[in-house]
Formats: sequence, structure tokens, C-alpha cells
Amino acid sequence: MTNTPVLLSLHNITKRFGALTANDGISLDLHRGEILALLGENGAGKTTLMNILFGHYVQDEGDVRVLGDGGLTTLPPGSPGAALKAGIGMVHQHFTLAENLSGLANIRLGTEPLLSFGREGAARAKVQKIIAESGLDVDLDRRVADLTVGEKQRIEILKALYRDAKVLILDEPTAVLTPQEADGLFVVLRRLAANGLGVIFISHKLGEVLAVSHRILVLRGGKKAGELVTANADRRAIADLMVGKAVATVVRTPASPGEVLFALENVSLHGASGRSLSGVSLALRAGEVVGLAGVSGNGQSGIAALISGLAVPTSGTMRLYGETVSRADPRALVANGVARMPEDRQHDGVVGTMSVADNIAIEEVRSAAFSKMGFLDRKAMRERATAAIAGYDVRCQGPEAEARLLSGGNVQKLILARVLERGPRVILANQPTRGLDVGAQAEVHRRILAARDRGAAVLVISEDLDELFALADRFVVVHAGELHDAGPSEGLDRGTIGLMMAGQSHLRTEMAS
Amino acid sequence: MTIRLEPREDAGLGLKIGVSIAAGLVALLLVAIPVLFAGGSPLTAYGLMIQGAFGSMFAFSETLNRATPLILTGLACAVAFRAKLWNIGAEGQLYIGALAAVCVGSGLLQLPPALMIPTVMIAGFLAGGLMMVIPTVIKQRFGADEVVITLLLNFVVILLIQMLVEGPLKDPLSMGWPQSVSLIAEAKLPKLLPRLRMHWGLIVGLVAALVLWLMVRKTVLGFEIRAVGENKAAARFAGIPVDATMLKVALISGGLAGLAGVGEVAGVKGYLSSDLSPGFGYSGIVVAMLAGLSPIGTVIAALFVAAVFVGADSMSRATGISSYIADLVVALSLLCVLVGSFFLRFRVKWERQSVVA
Repeated sequence: MTNTPVLLSLHNITKRFGALTANDGISLDLHRGEILALLGENGAGKTTLMNILFGHYVQDEGDVRVLGDGGLTTLPPGSPGAALKAGIGMVHQHFTLAENLSGLANIRLGTEPLLSFGREGAARAKVQKIIAESGLDVDLDRRVADLTVGEKQRIEILKALYRDAKVLILDEPTAVLTPQEADGLFVVLRRLAANGLGVIFISHKLGEVLAVSHRILVLRGGKKAGELVTANADRRAIADLMVGKAVATVVRTPASPGEVLFALENVSLHGASGRSLSGVSLALRAGEVVGLAGVSGNGQSGIAALISGLAVPTSGTMRLYGETVSRADPRALVANGVARMPEDRQHDGVVGTMSVADNIAIEEVRSAAFSKMGFLDRKAMRERATAAIAGYDVRCQGPEAEARLLSGGNVQKLILARVLERGPRVILANQPTRGLDVGAQAEVHRRILAARDRGAAVLVISEDLDELFALADRFVVVHAGELHDAGPSEGLDRGTIGLMMAGQSHLRTEMAS
Repeated sequence: MTIRLEPREDAGLGLKIGVSIAAGLVALLLVAIPVLFAGGSPLTAYGLMIQGAFGSMFAFSETLNRATPLILTGLACAVAFRAKLWNIGAEGQLYIGALAAVCVGSGLLQLPPALMIPTVMIAGFLAGGLMMVIPTVIKQRFGADEVVITLLLNFVVILLIQMLVEGPLKDPLSMGWPQSVSLIAEAKLPKLLPRLRMHWGLIVGLVAALVLWLMVRKTVLGFEIRAVGENKAAARFAGIPVDATMLKVALISGGLAGLAGVGEVAGVKGYLSSDLSPGFGYSGIVVAMLAGLSPIGTVIAALFVAAVFVGADSMSRATGISSYIADLVVALSLLCVLVGSFFLRFRVKWERQSVVA
């Protein structure tokens, strides 16, 4: 494939968001007729890279070159219009269609002057020609709202092709598709590539990447971790590239697990997809950290919702200290010594326009510690906040500062102060260091391990395997709403976990035997 | 040159008050244009308005009388908006509160004033509150938009009132006028001063403002209302019962609007008719927005809006310029506050086109 001309070339792209480097010197070439898979875990920098390519973000360094009439020309950064004009078409994970218009109208939208009459016939003919060539069969006259998700995706692809795209970018295109629809999409993509289109296929699913791509580029932590030709790629090698090697940050002493403090027994939870659980069992023991690994959206949020007291099992039993929990009541859990760190700390963890003191007291505002006869005990709230700011090194103007003015790391320290100062016996740490810099990360890890050593039962949910290996004494892996025990972290390696995350739990048994 | 908008870190209290005052002034300035078209001099017209609103003891008492229901409907909107519960139905809740006052206070119960007046008030509060609790429950159960429900209920209520005062509640001694039977003397709110229409409803409004201010700042309920209004997801995660808190807000909000209705019936008119309120419920929205949803600010904003209405009536009599000018001032000051709130959230920066690297 590399003997065909280069359609698109990214050169040394770097993008920083504050302290976080989302893309670090990434280069890639895309050839005519090639399907290039961009593979990486969540947060590896895939979407950022594509947003730079499409002009949604402006890169800090590097440039994007596209094949034009006079060879490769550099695209002006930050201009989606220029990217479109240069023949780059993007199909976002979340569709950008006008639901109340027909498929054809959506395809034409934005390509014609405001007052244009009699062009529909020409447009229809062009779209139908594309359909015939690509096999993207869809009824052009139905309202988009009445189409299935797969059909909407076809309209999105047609939209890009109608604008004479030379390069087609698909961001996690199979996330919303059934397996059958995904197979159909792969057939279409191969045909499009055979007709000379260059395709970039973004995914974190190993299997489909192997099935559809010619070449694979693996990203990890914003850097290019490797590049290989799919035909000679080994599944295990790619998994290793994806999740990387251990970088220990905190020293973890061996655990001495005690009694079970929190347990899920054959729990099922019906709810939105990505939250559903079926037949999950989990035991959290005193003095032990359990690491929950999994590709996001496989049921982590369901488990988090249960321990957070936001949901109760649809069937099965949830026990705290041996007693059945049958009511979704966060306050009761908090009062009984459960500490909860939310996944999205800015959205669920703090009320931005309220003060640091208010946010530290918020979970227990009705308790005698912070109120009397329905009136707030402002003095107690302020004292607690002052102590928390000092003890957990929360950088802020003071107890009265609004929480929204705090940085992400300081918000997390605020939440740590809120939940750990009570000496909790069960701790849920959901993505405890996502978006934090290395220093803040180590601090959070140290606190979590200290709580474990004090005898707390801890569940860490993270998309960062390095983090899980740093903290967890035992691993469980969630896939498609089911939980699989991976055993003690000693003797486990990243590759095994990576395969289990992809739903290949049987491979673990094979390798163990 | 490009215009860039930067989110502000924090708008100080001074800026917030400044924006509200500026909004009122800009509205008055803009209304000078139609005044000129009507052939009047804006300065004379505004001079007459100020005189008409504050120029004499009588004028001032009329302004306070007009402000009384506006304070209560303004508070009703302010407390609901703070919790992001969009109560547009204060008008209907006011009428239902007035209806409850008439039902309880026109002879059904015979109690001394010390018991009768609180009874009438509680009845009006609960009835108005129920009128807001119902849309809130529908919103929570079925996801229906409370803006639409509360707004449309206003028309349902006014038709109900029209039916009642033409039918079952009609006063046989009204000589054919569509008005209800009168309240008994024990149920009527005493006047504050002899020969003036100002009544104890004003005190009720001021006390309500003070209580709300205390509630928001000092109580757990106020804390929870703020949390739910500012970030529902975080409030829910922290264990604050979001739905129950919203229902409490709905009861308080609708109840305050109901009290406004009680005040008009028991303090001013003495009977219920379908023209009891010239849009006090809708003006309450403007009052609350002008006040930046602050309970104490609501009192001041209500005085401003009342003064505009009373002053415009008086000015209209003297100059022949239509008193609809008052509606224009009130409506424009709401628009100006909305524009102004944009500047509270963002700082506008003009800068030369930066070179993109």
C-alpha cells in the first residue's frame, strides 16, 4: 500500500492543554487507498489528533499537509473550512445531522448558496452515483429522525463523499453499531479504499482494527507507541503497545485483607447502555484495594452508581457490612462510612458556584456536625474547611472561595478531604487521577493507600492501567456488563488485562494453564 | 480587530447592582423615543412620573400599595428561579390564592381577626403552592416542561375564576357585576394608615423577603436549594434529595404568589373578580430578574416597577401620553437586564487579529 501517493501527512503534531500534553510530537502518513487504524485507550490522544487535523483545535507545534494540485500543501491551522475544502471528511462519534430534514437535504446542507433552485436533480444524481460505487445503500428521502443509527452513519459518510473527500476520518464508528452493522461498514470502507479513498479509522477495539485496517498506529499517553502493518501484527504485541509498561509511582506494601465490608452478590442492573450489569459479584475486603479495569462504557458506571448510593440492584443483593442495602440513599451510605469519589469530579463532585466550605460540608450538611435545628453551623463548616485546606494542601483563596476557581487537582484534593477525613471503611475511587498532573496523582495514590493501610476496603475504577497496577492488590475486569475476576495483581501483566478488557477472558485461562 | 469574550472569574456585588440600575436607566432612556413620538417631552413626562409615584404621601402610599403584590410575586419567581424551576405561573397562583381566601373568608368560618387573618393567609398560601407543586410533579414524573405548564395554567385559572364569579361565587348584591361575595370584616387585612389604601400585606411582603433572605443564607434548606439550582448532578451525588427539594421550592414559590392574591382580596378589594391582577404575576418575573434573584433586591425592584406603573398613570392623566408607556419601561428593563447579565458573565475584549502560528 505504501507505493501509492501520500494523501495526508501529519508532521510532529504537539498539543497541550495546560499541564497535560494530549499529543506529543505525532507524525503519520496516509496513503491513497489505505485504511489506517488509530488505536489507543481512552485519553491516549486519538480524538485530539483528529480534531487538530480537521481544524477544530489549533496545534501548538507541527503541521498538517494534504495532497493538492501542486503536491502536499500545508493546511492553515484551526480552520475546518480549509480542511473540508482540501478534501478531509470527518464522521464524528456523535452525528451532526439535522433530524427533521431528509437524508438528501442533509447531504446538500451547506454545500450550496442560500438561493438555489433546480439543483436537487443534479445533487441526487451525484449522491446516487456515490451510492452505486460505495454500496452505501440508504433511502435519501426519509427524514433522518426516522433512520436507524447505522443509516444515519451512512448519511454522514455520504455527506463527506459528496464534498469530494479524499480522506475520510471515522471517530469510533462502531461504538454505536450492532456487530452486523459494523460488518457492513467494514465492507463499505474496503470498497471506498479500493476506489482510492484514504481512511482513518479511530478505535480502541482491537478486534475490529485487525479486521478492517491495512496499517495500525498505536497511541499511548499522547505519544506514538508504535506503528505496524496489520498483516504481520500480533494481537498480543498490539495490546502491549496500547497499555504500555509499568511506571511505578507509589510503593505499595503487601495487603493483609480482612473481612468483607462491601459485597455485590449476583447483581444485575438494568439501565442505560454502558451502565447495565448482569450477574455481577464483587467482594471488597478490609485493607485491600481492588482495581476495576475495563474499556469505558462496559458497566463501570453501573458499579459506581451502586456503591455511590445512586442506584440499587434490579436483582441480586448488595451488602454493606453484611446488611442488605435496599434503598438508593447516598446520605445513608455516607453516614455509614462509605467514601465516594465521582468519576466526573467537576460535574458530579462539586457545585462550582458554592464555596469550598460548602462543598466540603455538602454530603453531611444535615448531620449534627454542620447544622442545628435546620440552621447551618457556619462556624463548624469554616473550621472543617480550614483544616481540610491545610491538611490536604488544597490550593485556594480560603474557605469562602468558589469551588469553580479551583484547578482539577485541587478539586480532587477537596473531594479527598471531604470523604477521607471521616475515616471511611469503604472507599470508591472512580477515575481518581484522570486529568491530574504527576504530582497530584502521586498524592492521591498515597492517600488511597494510606486509607487501605488503615483498614479501609477500596475499589479503584480507572482507565489507566498503570494506575491500577500501582494501587490494586487484586484485579477485576468488566466487559459488556459482566465482571471477571483476574486474581491478585502479582503475576498479572498488562497484556492479559488488555485481552480481558477486550472480552477475551478465556485467553487468561489458557495462559494460566 | 476581533471581539473576544472572556468568562469573568467573579462579578462583584457592586457590578451586579450596577447592571440592574443601568438596565432601569437604559430602559427609561429608550422609552424617551416613543414619548417623543407621542408629542411629549421625555423630561416633563419622567418628572410627572416621579411626582406621580413619590410626590405626595398619597402618591407614595399608592406606589407601596402597588408594590405589595409585586414583592410577593417577585419573591415567588426569585426563589423558584434560584432552584432553576421556571415558574411562569405566578399570575394563576395569585388568583388561586385569592380564590382560597374568598372560599375560607367569606363566611365559611367565623373567627376573631387574630385567627381569621392567618387562616385566610394559610389557605391562600397552600392553594397557590399546590398550583406550583402540580406542574413540578408532572415535570418530575413525565419530563414535561414547567414553563409551558405554568404559563398555560394561568389561562385555565383565569377562565375558572371568570366562571366562578359569574356563577357559584357570584355576589347576589353586586347588581350584575361579575364579582364574588365579599370577605367578612374579620378576614380583611387592616390598613396601615387611615384614609390610605396601604395594608398589612406590605408588612407580610417585607417579612417574607427577610425570611427568604435568612433561609437562603442560614438554613440547610436554603443550602440545598442553592446546590440543586446550581448543579443538580452534584447535589444528587452528595445525597441531597433533588426532587423533594424542588417540591419544597414549588410550594414556597406558589405559596408566595398565592399570598399576593390574598393581599389583593383581603387588603384592597374585599372581593374576587377576574380583573383582580393587572399582570402582577408576570411583572413578578421582571421584578425577580431586576433584583438578580436576591430577596432584598426584590423589594427594591418591586418598588421601582410599582413606581413606574403608578407614575405613568398619573403622567398619562396630565399629558395624554398613553400609560402603556409603563409596560414598555418594565418590558425594556427586563430585556436590558438580560443583556446586562451577559456582561456579568463575560468580559468583552477588543483586540487586534493575532497571528496564528
